[in-house]
Amino acid sequence: MHDLINNLSLGFATAISLQNLMYAFIGCLLGTLIGVLPGIGPTATVAMLLPATYALPPVAALIMLAGIYYGSQYGGSTTAILVNLPGEASSVVTVIDGHQMAKQGRGGAALAAAGLGSFFAGCVGTLMLAAFAPPLTEIAFKFGPAEYFSLMVLGLIGAVVLASGSLIKAICMILLGLLLGLVGTDVNSGVARFSFDIPELTDGLSFIAVAMGVFGYGEIIANLARPDEEREVFTAKVSGLFPTGEDFKRMLPAVLRGTALGSALGILPGGGALLSAFAAYTIEKKTKLKPGEVPFGRGNIRGVAAPEAANNAGAQTSFIPMLTLGIPPNSVMALMVGAMTIHNIQPGPQVMTSNPELFWGLIASMWIGNLMLVILNLPLIGVWVKLLTIPYRWLFPAIVLFCAIGVYSTNNNVFDIWLVAIFGIVGYAFLKLGCEPAPLLLGLILGPMMEENLRRALLLSRGDWSVFGTRPISLGLLMAALLLLVIVLAPSIRSKREEAFVEEAG
Amino acid sequence: MHVQIKSKKNLVAGLMFACVGAAFAIGATGYNVGSAARMGPGYFPLMIGVLLTLLGLVVVGGAIGVHADGDGDPIGRIAWKPLGLIIGANVLFGVLLAGVGSIGIPAMGLIVAVYALVIVSCMAGSGFRMKMALTLATVLAVGSYLTFVLGLNLQFQVWPTFITG
Repeated sequence: MHDLINNLSLGFATAISLQNLMYAFIGCLLGTLIGVLPGIGPTATVAMLLPATYALPPVAALIMLAGIYYGSQYGGSTTAILVNLPGEASSVVTVIDGHQMAKQGRGGAALAAAGLGSFFAGCVGTLMLAAFAPPLTEIAFKFGPAEYFSLMVLGLIGAVVLASGSLIKAICMILLGLLLGLVGTDVNSGVARFSFDIPELTDGLSFIAVAMGVFGYGEIIANLARPDEEREVFTAKVSGLFPTGEDFKRMLPAVLRGTALGSALGILPGGGALLSAFAAYTIEKKTKLKPGEVPFGRGNIRGVAAPEAANNAGAQTSFIPMLTLGIPPNSVMALMVGAMTIHNIQPGPQVMTSNPELFWGLIASMWIGNLMLVILNLPLIGVWVKLLTIPYRWLFPAIVLFCAIGVYSTNNNVFDIWLVAIFGIVGYAFLKLGCEPAPLLLGLILGPMMEENLRRALLLSRGDWSVFGTRPISLGLLMAALLLLVIVLAPSIRSKREEAFVEEAG
Repeated sequence: MHVQIKSKKNLVAGLMFACVGAAFAIGATGYNVGSAARMGPGYFPLMIGVLLTLLGLVVVGGAIGVHADGDGDPIGRIAWKPLGLIIGANVLFGVLLAGVGSIGIPAMGLIVAVYALVIVSCMAGSGFRMKMALTLATVLAVGSYLTFVLGLNLQFQVWPTFITG
């Protein structure tokens, strides 16, 4: 407890410097600004804005990126509620009741419920992060290469189990990502693999170019292919921002339940922002309606508050595996790992001891960022609403331009522009073929790490594969991965899972 | 009883996975594979490539069934126009920004590249109007000059080479 306070005060001392406060603010503002735009999720937003943080000192860069991340999540819920268009998978359930509320002229109350619920959940999530990170780091130091490899297997399996859609296709996407991650110079032998004598490829595929192409361009093209009528344009008015006393009484328990669920599920490998939002909604739906309460699906405020709290708590706690183990649980965290590497910080358990300012400063800035979002968003909601009335035809050329400039400025090399073009086509193909792109990004980041740990583990065991089964922690992690697979593949759960995701999409 | 395609999407996706996996696996054999104890640069890509090929074939197998009902899960029309124009706008931006020395295209700089990208990508939307595209391009060109060149101090060639020399 004493340590926790000490650590947090170090964190606040770092985060509260004028410069870092400013970057947290800019991050939240930019993140919300872009996150509000329909069809652009947090991954695309973070990828697009990542190059803007290169020139900053590492602490400021990560603080700004974290701000961008929850800013974009917040912006995504605004769009979900007002336009009936979920900007990201995890706000899919928010749409159901949130948009109904907006249609009834209670959009303001829905936004406030989402905002306040998220803020509360963010505070709890940050505390969880501060409390759980040190002990987890202790454990992580006991990990050898075999344990790390097994942990990555578990993380990758977890990520696909919690994702929607076909499991086997998601695993294929991971493997594809791993292979693409291997392009470039092999650190051990110095051999340039799969680089076709192109000098730029010997440094590996730029994960930013891949992320922007697949998430940014792929989605823009798919959006443009839809006829205009399907892109519902926001016209309603937002008035009466504050929820009534009755609303508060109803949403409070929902927020508490959502927060608890989100914090727990966010830690799991696979970082279930989507799953926790969905689970929170299901639980609310199962609880009995109070007399006079609006049924779910017709604008019940609990249906907004609970999933929003859950996905924000999950977003916060998903930093835990990234910061302590260096293993990203979702695609946004994969980008964060990439950003750390660019700043020459090797993500992993040593970050807490070697860069304590960065570690605790980032954690403290999360709380500050959450506070800023509430302050920023509730009064500024009028601005975001204005932004939503801008027709898509004005927006997408700007997005294409930001992607192109961003990717070029990464290395000041046009090669990255060709790369983003190729991956834009690939990303569109993935969408058409129903292949979820997020696991690809995870694989891309983890590819070299996985190879390195596998190689070291087998070098130490002299080529004996049983090392993964004889070391207890490694065995436990692999068993957990297997268990996850078995659970998902079990017929009864499989049909439930499919049913769940169908219901959610509908 | 005919063997029918249950899901065209999965059929194509599976074939894609299998082909890419096989390509990586074959490519990996060109490097030193080594043994488990002493892995060469080809070991891990070979392993993952083979795994991807096999799983891709499983996806293909699942997409073909004896009893097929439903619409066969078609891939749907490919939106060639937005695909071509968005990707084209991006490539054009790269060509104009830095030029292509090997085929003698001079660098035209950021401003020209922004105009080209915005106009071409605007054509991908419905109801293209030149006036609107030019307005947007002007706003974005001025905006990017102010934020990226003056504000963030990124290194861009702003004007064409033949003007600045």
